[in-house]
Amino acid sequence: MATHQEILTEALRSALGDKITNVQALFGELTVTVKADDICAVSRVLQDDSALKFDTLMDLCGIDYSAYGDELAVKHNLRNKRFAVIYHLLSVTNNQRLRVRVLAEDDELPAVDSVTEIWPVANWFEREAFDLYGIVFTGHPDLRRILTDYGFIGNPFRKDFPMTGYVEMRYDAEQKRVVYQPVSIEPREITPLVIREEHYGDCES
Amino acid sequence: MAEIRNYTMNFGPQHPAAHGVLRLVLELDGEVVRRADPHIGLLHRATEKLAENKTYLQSVPYMDRLDYVSMMVNEHAYVMAIEKLLQIEVPIRAQYIRVMFDEITRILNHLLWIGAHALDVGAMTMFLYAFREREDLMDCYEAVSGARLHAAYYRPGGVYRDLPDTMPKYESSKIHSEKETRIRNSNREGSLLDFIEDFTNRFPTYVDEYETLLTDNRIWKQRLVDIGIVSPERAKALGFTGPMLRGSGVEWDLRKKQPYEVYDRMDFDIPVGVNGDCYDRYLVRMEEFRQSNRIIKQCVDWLRNNPGPVITDNHKVAPPSRVGMKQNMEEMIHHFKLFTEGFHVPPGETYAAVEHPKGEFGIYLVSNGANKPYRLKIRAPGFAHLAALDEMSRGHMISDVVAIIGTQDIVFGEIDR
Repeated sequence: MATHQEILTEALRSALGDKITNVQALFGELTVTVKADDICAVSRVLQDDSALKFDTLMDLCGIDYSAYGDELAVKHNLRNKRFAVIYHLLSVTNNQRLRVRVLAEDDELPAVDSVTEIWPVANWFEREAFDLYGIVFTGHPDLRRILTDYGFIGNPFRKDFPMTGYVEMRYDAEQKRVVYQPVSIEPREITPLVIREEHYGDCES
Repeated sequence: MAEIRNYTMNFGPQHPAAHGVLRLVLELDGEVVRRADPHIGLLHRATEKLAENKTYLQSVPYMDRLDYVSMMVNEHAYVMAIEKLLQIEVPIRAQYIRVMFDEITRILNHLLWIGAHALDVGAMTMFLYAFREREDLMDCYEAVSGARLHAAYYRPGGVYRDLPDTMPKYESSKIHSEKETRIRNSNREGSLLDFIEDFTNRFPTYVDEYETLLTDNRIWKQRLVDIGIVSPERAKALGFTGPMLRGSGVEWDLRKKQPYEVYDRMDFDIPVGVNGDCYDRYLVRMEEFRQSNRIIKQCVDWLRNNPGPVITDNHKVAPPSRVGMKQNMEEMIHHFKLFTEGFHVPPGETYAAVEHPKGEFGIYLVSNGANKPYRLKIRAPGFAHLAALDEMSRGHMISDVVAIIGTQDIVFGEIDR
């Protein structure tokens, strides 16, 4: 298994050269980081190169690294960027997988080039990432919201968006229609978030 | 001459053939579909965001509610992702139980699919037949987990508990006489495994029954053959997986190509289609019934002869036994910590995928070392399939849209998440 991964890493390096800024291998999965400007060029190579042949985009999702922790951000070489797009590629032909991470340069208006030209399946996945994280995919043919309500405001999956949201909906008997109003539920946390230091609870002293 | 214009029509969200809450905006030229624009999100519950605010264990039941007709397979991908990050071993018996219930779930899912698909196309009987068999399989769910649908049976490190030795029985009443009840209980006298084995012996005949009703049925073929053709290249580009991809003639099944749990020890075949139309996808799924049945049989044989633990003995992840907990201080602390704080998953990211009845169901899990996931992304197969509805239905009649929705096996729980 390890050798297969080394072959893939080698093939990636020879095909893409210095377009790859970082390579990580963990649990038999390979993650490469690519610059936002290069994603279209890189995708084309990933799809066409005979040793790579990533013919299917399995998944595309956005991620907000703002609460990830400084130590991890340095370890994963995130360069203090807040948003990233993660691509999960699958090669049906060569039976291999690859994860590509693209960091959006601007935190205020994150933008990444669209890959719908290369993998048509990206269309809805990019709409989803746009809807939930506000990442703009330049060159996307039809960048509309997809999962949230018609007329929704905000990007619900960002870490600074409260879990209860801002508005709630109810039927108003007097007006005989559905009305929106500010949320009335209090945000509550059943189990607090805990991060333990390393080796917490180890028996041997 | 009158000016002829296309008109748009709203299909759903409250339409019996919309499989839940699909809203389709169809642009029609007469009866021919020119463009289909699915509006989704009416069942969006932000499962991924909710999971970020819950401990790892608390999110297991949410996975059932994603694709609510193949509950345990959803859990499977989720617990596999956690196990990968934690680097824990799952006992071999638990792996067999998981494989067996994955296949039971596959049959459950395909039964609902064949029932709903046939009903959409106009065959009422199939629905009743399919639900007769679903009843038996849901009894298996109930026997192991106590719930007929939302089982929460798979846990990180194994499964919740071992298979029961007895099956619950019917009781006689005003409606069912004692004699009748005895007949109804005849296959419930032994253990759960006996009950499942009895089912696997009966099931191939049932599949033959379905096939007599449909496979050579003239109306069925007229409605499905050459509808929604997808070429193999296009299927890959559109992100199709599972029976949708195999129906187009691509031999791809994660159970064979990237085996997980004990699938590499199982003897089964992958059916593939030739033309990539709705009829081929129907044939592929019918064959999967038989193959799943074969796998279940093999699992039953193995499980009969090999007792053992069904969950890991690492009490940082899995709770200790009730008895141990009451007698042993350390185990009590483990139990307390596990259910108040939850377990911590080391920092890292992973993607775990299983062959879901609908396609590839994947969980992308990012952890920053806390007791809750940092990011959980659910890769639902139906999402990619529904995205291709526009392309598949273009140029077809409006009644074919219903057949295409049926063949895609749409369930909104997983698409809207």
